[in-house]
Amino acid sequence: MSDRMKKYVISLFLAALGVAGPACAQLTLTITQGVTAPIPIAVVPFSRAVPADGGLNVAQVIERDLQGSGRFKLMDRNDMINKPTSAAEVDAASWKQMRNDYVVVGRLTAQPDGQVRIDAELVNVLNGQRIFGPSSTAQPANLRGAAHRISDALFEKITGVKGAFSTRIAYVSVDGKPPTQRYELYVADADGANRKKVMSSPLPIMSPSWSPDGEWLAYVSFERRVSTVFVQHLKSAKKIAVSARAGINGAPSYSPDGKKLALTLSGSNGNLDIYLLDLASQQLTRLTDDQAIDTEAVFAPDGSTIYFTSDRSGNPQVYRLTLGSTERPRRVTFQGAYNARPRISPDGKQLALLTQIEGSYRIAVQDLVSGGVTVLSKGRQEESPSFAPNGAMLIFAGRQGSQGVLQTVSIDGQIAARLDADAGEVREPVWGPFLP
Amino acid sequence: MKKFVPLALVIASLGLLAGCPSKPPEQPPPPPAQTTDTNAVDNSNATTDETATQGPSGELLSKRIVYFDFDSADIRGDSQSVVAAHARYLAGAPTQKVRLEGHADERGSREYNIGLGERRAQAVRRALLLQGVAEVQLTTVSYGEERPAVAGSDEQAYAANRRVEIVYLK
Repeated sequence: MSDRMKKYVISLFLAALGVAGPACAQLTLTITQGVTAPIPIAVVPFSRAVPADGGLNVAQVIERDLQGSGRFKLMDRNDMINKPTSAAEVDAASWKQMRNDYVVVGRLTAQPDGQVRIDAELVNVLNGQRIFGPSSTAQPANLRGAAHRISDALFEKITGVKGAFSTRIAYVSVDGKPPTQRYELYVADADGANRKKVMSSPLPIMSPSWSPDGEWLAYVSFERRVSTVFVQHLKSAKKIAVSARAGINGAPSYSPDGKKLALTLSGSNGNLDIYLLDLASQQLTRLTDDQAIDTEAVFAPDGSTIYFTSDRSGNPQVYRLTLGSTERPRRVTFQGAYNARPRISPDGKQLALLTQIEGSYRIAVQDLVSGGVTVLSKGRQEESPSFAPNGAMLIFAGRQGSQGVLQTVSIDGQIAARLDADAGEVREPVWGPFLP
Repeated sequence: MKKFVPLALVIASLGLLAGCPSKPPEQPPPPPAQTTDTNAVDNSNATTDETATQGPSGELLSKRIVYFDFDSADIRGDSQSVVAAHARYLAGAPTQKVRLEGHADERGSREYNIGLGERRAQAVRRALLLQGVAEVQLTTVSYGEERPAVAGSDEQAYAANRRVEIVYLK
């Protein structure tokens, strides 16, 4: 059976397993596009620490992370004749013959304090050298996170780009059909696994925003029948209504120091404007004052520039204002009739936005220095872009048929993947920060 | 310059490899914390609108939805008589309150669509005020694209979702 044929068969077998398997209602990641020359790498099953490791297949978590990045081609473990667990045991020549550039091996050991330690080693097959040995220790319940941290270290060593496998996403899930729908807010690992419900409601939930320390989510909830901005502490579930003013309370977005929220208020005259809310003092500062719809404000990483959507020129476009400045906001987008929902990359140089092009709504990235715009998605109805904290990927909401799904795309447009929920629709993804 | 990889990678559905963890992935709801809100995780008490009431009957008065054209907050010609009928009724019943719920179709960005829904609700509010209804009788809320009346991504669904609903309150 040819190599390619083998992959089809394995995939179909796995697909069959997936259909027959338990419905634990997770997100499923599917690569839809990868680089043309993925790096061939083998991740050999790690030796176990029984029973402390709880049966978690650490090598498989690492495999999935690397494969999911779209930059690697993982060797099928069924083709592995030898299963070394240390670099010293690796016979580079035989792995080279199997067409691998790298081999990852590893061991799990139970620690006296009850934690489990993962020791991995990366071997350069082409020259037989051990490159480095990342390790990570965690409580058994958090072993998956430790495996993701190993993936981060491997990814960064090989590609030079900081890995974002051990980060989390938040998103909204909707079940049912109008007019009776149920809305839920979830947090999950960046690969869609391990999801945890943050809150649920028969009325809409919108616009989740991570605090910079990853401990809080701000969001809009209609549970009181009108829009209210809440912040919720994820570990304790403590929930605080930070803006329940008359009219609209919307589009909350944390400042880089975590102390303020940019948000949208309308007051009772229905005119949407941007405000700054100091979370400790509850002091409000008004940032825009005009007849247009001004909303979707976000901070740039510098903490003093805010980008937002405004239709003051007739159609939605993205504008920029500087805190403390008396200058009028400046328009930033000039291509196309509809540009909205700005998000700024971690390095402050790129603007992700929703743009209308040829009748479709797509995700684009604009270089804030040159002004050049690259359209990164291909569907008809996409929205809600969010940068990964390493700036290398974006997650956004798209469609698969009529179902809402989440999609990721690399900043150069070369790697794309999709996250489908097995039940209901998912939308409004937001990528969390690097965790300490 | 995008190039596409062999189909093999396309089919590689990774979530299926993981299987489900042996422990349930979700934590049980935490005990109520010291918080300004109860029901931090679940809100199952708001499914029906306890504040709404049936309101008046009549050919025009039984119509509670005002429609709008794409990207517009101008009340459509064929909805003007509906608005006028409700204005007449409300002007003559000064203790009767209504809530004007504005909506947008699903295209474009969500928070901007909250703004469009609000604009539409405000347009109906202004029309009612002009026709003799008192301010105190009117409240507005916008749901943007979040509560469509009709599922779908065709022009029919869009047109049915660009609306303001007049909800009579108890």
